[in-house]
Amino acid sequence: MSVTNGEAPLRSEHDIVLARQLVRKLTQELGFSLVDQTKMVTAASELARNALIYGRGGTMIWEKTADSERRGLKLLFADEGPGIPDLNLAMTDGWTSGHGLGMGLTGAKRLVNDFNIDTKVGGGTRVTIVRWK
Amino acid sequence: MGEFLLVTIQVDMHDQLALRLQDDLSTAIQKNASKGVLVDISTLEMVDSFIGRMVSDISGISKILGADTVLVGMQPAVAITLVELGLSLPGVATALNVERGMALLRQKIDADGADVGH
Repeated sequence: MSVTNGEAPLRSEHDIVLARQLVRKLTQELGFSLVDQTKMVTAASELARNALIYGRGGTMIWEKTADSERRGLKLLFADEGPGIPDLNLAMTDGWTSGHGLGMGLTGAKRLVNDFNIDTKVGGGTRVTIVRWK
Repeated sequence: MGEFLLVTIQVDMHDQLALRLQDDLSTAIQKNASKGVLVDISTLEMVDSFIGRMVSDISGISKILGADTVLVGMQPAVAITLVELGLSLPGVATALNVERGMALLRQKIDADGADVGH
């Protein structure tokens, strides 16, 4: 049986590349279409970079999941960074506190089926995404 | 290629590598007095907002240095994802493949030349 869950560190830019490659492999194992693979890989890349840059590093925890009728991939991006003081602002297209395009969070949300963010000032940020096959 | 530079991105780039490419390319445009740059991304399996911004910036920087840029070979899955992500790469000229990209560059350069004459 193939492994159904695991985790990967997000401590360097190279880790972002490795996270992308891991998500590509997992979505392929789950039989995602090429477009769906690409969407999930891109969402993972955005969130991994956020965890590294804004969260000062973190972890990607992955799990192959299923409900009664479909299979999917669930990813949790967890960091122990400063948290997001104004989540509504952070979820606005084009808004950025750093040097990006401000498309990271909102863009990632559009690329997946389920998106959940839990953040606390001083307590880190946890973003969970799921894409179903 | 003559007055054109052809850049083929063949690896899954980490962010610093993307920035270095931007630097190297700007230097190469100046050194070769290039009129056009073709950026071939046909082997890229993903373009996220960082790489998208890098491509946009390359286009803007080369314009200031007197060169037109055409992005070629984007895979359909990448294009679909990029638009859904919210990036439409405004100001970046694109073409289906290298051949069409070259044709577009020639057109652009001819048009620029005509403008100078007025």
